[in-house]
Amino acid sequence: MNEQLNLGQFMLQQSDKLLDQTIAHIGLTCISLLIAVAIGLPLGIWIADKKRIAWFVLGIAGILQTIPSIALLGFMIPLLGIGALPAISALFLYALLPVIRNTYTGITGVDPAITESARGMGMNKWQILFNVEIPLAMPVILAGIRTATVINVGVATLAAYIAAGGLGEFIFGGIALNNTNMILAGAIPAALLAILLDFLLSLFQKANLKKMRKVSLVLPVLLILFSSFYIIPYTSEKVLAGFTPEFMGREDGYLGLKSKYKLDIPTVVISDAVMYKAAFEKKLDVISGYSTDGRLKAYDLVTLKDDKTIFPPYYAAPLIRQDILQKHPELQKVLEILSGVINDSIMTELNYRVDYQKQLPEKVALDFMLEKGLYKKPQSGSGSGTIRLGSKIFAEQYILINMYKMLIEGNTKLKVVTRTGLGGTKICFDALTNNEIDMYPEYTGTGLLVILKPDKKTLDPIIGNREKVFDFVQKEFSDQYKLSWLKPIGFNNAYALMMRRGQAQSLRIKTISDLKNYLSNENHQH
Amino acid sequence: MIIARNVSKEFNGIKAVDNISFDVEKGQTLVFLGTSGCGKTTTLKILNRLIEPSAGEITIDGKNILSVQPEILRRSIGYVSQNNGLFPHYTVAENIAIVPNLLKWDKAKTSERSDILLEQLKLPVSGYANKYPDELSGGQKQRVALARALVSDPPVLLMDEPFGALDPITRAGVRKEFLELPELKSKTIVLVTHDVQEAFELGDQICLMDKGIIVQTGTPEELIFTPVNEFARNFFSHQRLQLELSALKFNSIWSSLADASPSSATSLNSNQSLWEGMEMLSEKNEETLVVRNSEDNSFKEISIQTIQSVYLQNKRNR
Repeated sequence: MNEQLNLGQFMLQQSDKLLDQTIAHIGLTCISLLIAVAIGLPLGIWIADKKRIAWFVLGIAGILQTIPSIALLGFMIPLLGIGALPAISALFLYALLPVIRNTYTGITGVDPAITESARGMGMNKWQILFNVEIPLAMPVILAGIRTATVINVGVATLAAYIAAGGLGEFIFGGIALNNTNMILAGAIPAALLAILLDFLLSLFQKANLKKMRKVSLVLPVLLILFSSFYIIPYTSEKVLAGFTPEFMGREDGYLGLKSKYKLDIPTVVISDAVMYKAAFEKKLDVISGYSTDGRLKAYDLVTLKDDKTIFPPYYAAPLIRQDILQKHPELQKVLEILSGVINDSIMTELNYRVDYQKQLPEKVALDFMLEKGLYKKPQSGSGSGTIRLGSKIFAEQYILINMYKMLIEGNTKLKVVTRTGLGGTKICFDALTNNEIDMYPEYTGTGLLVILKPDKKTLDPIIGNREKVFDFVQKEFSDQYKLSWLKPIGFNNAYALMMRRGQAQSLRIKTISDLKNYLSNENHQH
Repeated sequence: MIIARNVSKEFNGIKAVDNISFDVEKGQTLVFLGTSGCGKTTTLKILNRLIEPSAGEITIDGKNILSVQPEILRRSIGYVSQNNGLFPHYTVAENIAIVPNLLKWDKAKTSERSDILLEQLKLPVSGYANKYPDELSGGQKQRVALARALVSDPPVLLMDEPFGALDPITRAGVRKEFLELPELKSKTIVLVTHDVQEAFELGDQICLMDKGIIVQTGTPEELIFTPVNEFARNFFSHQRLQLELSALKFNSIWSSLADASPSSATSLNSNQSLWEGMEMLSEKNEETLVVRNSEDNSFKEISIQTIQSVYLQNKRNR
């Protein structure tokens, strides 16, 4: 049903969320910008007549700028946790360099004859700064603020990864859910926002030199105004849920929790990369994890029983192009060697080694293969062909494709190249159908709900049943995409709601219905 | 008014100004003349403490300048910087009001005073007060810079190459206005230039500087006719005739000239130079002109021939 909506209808239907996200986006951008200006401007002025310190300060700010934004957000989590605070801090660091550098350049670029005549008339240092240097440097400073603004609008999309909201919620949700409308509903407003803010600032910049004194007053006021749109989306609720962007948009996720369980829980959106840790650190109480995730073990979390079965089975199996299977029929047997070897707890253990003990996926895969006696020396491919393996970006997929690589190289004469880190489902699946990779491990539930998206009538009778789901996706993928699902490996990496063991026990929550009952009792007490 | 004794300034061990002394009488104009790098601008900036001296003592109106806070000192001294130094983001009126605002004058007083100066400098208030510097010609900017320095009526005026950025024709015109400006008659002025002609026209006294020291101090006449050394002689060699004629005023040769009957058509005054007399003769294309001595109200007649003979006679006598 949803896939028939066009972009306009989607945005209209989601207008509440869109407005919230846009406001959060503007807020994140403007608050971080305001702080960057409040710190970068005085710093740039201060270093303007100190060549050596200037070199040092600009160097540091430059280094901060080169840190990939997602990594910078990652660094923030251990320091500041999740939510608006680390997001604003990261955005602030990004905005800092253009502000400092342009202030420095602007102030040092003021004609020395003018500052000297100001001195000669008896203006003191501060009078010269505020009446001469800042107004004359303002066009250059504004150019820096514009650069910082555009950078921040872009980077602020990543704030959705750490529960700070913003238009990234739609963008990353859309990528995860293979929902183009959702991606565009986030991306287009973000782009428009960048253009709009840049345009507004350009108006200030064009207000010629003569009006610069007024600009220096109006700009901070406007920034504060914009910032105040945003109320830090942090609640002091007793129970706070953090769900991934993907989970938020899925029928077998947040939507199902609401419709089938009538679960009403304060929720923030967050990346699964930081979600488990946030739960462990009591920043979140309920998260949407994967049942085989190694961090489940690492952080002592328990899964809540899905007593109304809204989460379909997610059995992992190799998804492969049929033309490759026809060309190399020996592959099927090799790829199915793993079948029945790995169950839920083994997979959790393997993931734990990578996610928590920080072992390399290659090593974990090799150790496991050796332990099970499945490892064979590579037959040093004699050039009969190359198989391209893809994976999404999480530990389990890295481990699995390393195992498949060993199996193929050990049991056939084929060579293997790996394309790891293909983002989410949509990116992997598109790479496969576009013949950029030959195979990647996929989950039956994902194939069903993210790619095939059958209507309710088709879905309801099969969703709870492992075999029926597998048969359905196998048939449909073969018909529609000429892709084959090989035999499932054996573990079920399904969605699950998770809580800290201690909290779950003390609140006596074992199932999702327990959670729902607990929450509605809480609400009644208010 | 200004007394400087044994003033030196070192920059990183190099002496830009080396132990110089000079006086400026009240109402007089002292010109520092020299090539670039001779220390003349440094000397000027020491006077309002834009540059702090390394050694020496300077008093202005009896007060040691080091005993006054630099900003307060500078507000009491008019300053025209090189290349006019107008604030590009201020209007003409705002530029002129800078010092009055620093002195916390009330608005009415400032604008009244500013209007008077603009009128005197032939920049009608209605047309110019709200213009920005980049809308003015070079000569107009220079006049605004002058008005800005004069607005608070400081007794002392420092000017750093004030006409340096102007083309020769505009420069001559602005200089002439400058000489005629009533505001400037009573001011003690220190002016820096590398233009010999300008120094001779404007200076009551000239300090010829080289390599941080004063080579010679004296009136234009003294400098051109009795140079103290080879440097001073050579400095003026390439336009000697014109400078000598400029240095000689009719006053100093008054007795050598023939009497003339009082005439209302006189256009020359006895404190003007022989050079100006010759210029006037050639400009008006006249055989003779009458010069008036305003002190005793006597009149003399001049012609190219009389100027020539008086000049040569004067030269022989030295």
